[in-house]
Amino acid sequence: MIGLEHYLVLTGILFSIGIVGVIRRTNLLMLFFSTEILLNAVNIGFAAVSKYYGDLNGQIFSFFIIAIAASEVAVGLGLLVLWYKKEGTIDLTSLQMMKG
Amino acid sequence: MYEIIAFYTFSALVIGLFGIVVLSKNALYSMTALAGGMVFISGFFFILDAEFLGVVQIVVYTGAIMALYAFGMMFFDTTRDVKEDIRCKKIFYTLSILSAVLVLIVLSAPIFSANIEAIYPTLEGVGNVQTIGLLLFTKYLVAFELAAIMLLVAMIAGIVLVGKKLDAQSDDLEVAKELK
Repeated sequence: MIGLEHYLVLTGILFSIGIVGVIRRTNLLMLFFSTEILLNAVNIGFAAVSKYYGDLNGQIFSFFIIAIAASEVAVGLGLLVLWYKKEGTIDLTSLQMMKG
Repeated sequence: MYEIIAFYTFSALVIGLFGIVVLSKNALYSMTALAGGMVFISGFFFILDAEFLGVVQIVVYTGAIMALYAFGMMFFDTTRDVKEDIRCKKIFYTLSILSAVLVLIVLSAPIFSANIEAIYPTLEGVGNVQTIGLLLFTKYLVAFELAAIMLLVAMIAGIVLVGKKLDAQSDDLEVAKELK
């Protein structure tokens, strides 16, 4: 039988993959993909806790997280397109203009 | 039995696909792998009796978000490999260790909270979609409407950010034609 621990371990593994992506990649589009992985990992955790404690709050939270992810992508991708038109690159190092 | 097989199959697939997303050099491969991983994650929701979330996952994530990324990638040069040079190894290792400790604390939290009681228990004999609807339109009505406003603002922001610049470019083209 699959217990709550299995799902939490899976959530931890997926979250770690996302964190590795956020730390390691310097391409902004890849950073966005990693953020999606982080949000999805948390969603699985919420749904699993919601099932094993018989509480629906977790599923509602997952629902709102999906809504937030959708709006984040809409605004973020717009900014990314603007930045690409301005600079010709979406590398993270091109944002270092305030370096002292 | 089927639950165990499904859990391990979906786990292996999702971890493999997300590993490709993080490690791949080509942005197009990453996006395709991410879309596949999203579909398989909805499988977990169906195993966990959260049918509504599973359907929303497929429709919103794979249908809307990945389609948006696919359209957004038309603006970027995706056929080239992504060139990255990683410096600051010390910061990288420090952050990795810190986040590993943080994830360990988060995962060990349920051990110390075994006596949690459900505030909104799942109802017997009522479907998942129905219970979520009941909860969403009574207790979480304000949050739901705020989420709707947030999505509207995000939509307008996306249109303004991308569309305004395109307009300016077409104006420039017309001016250039008139000058000729």
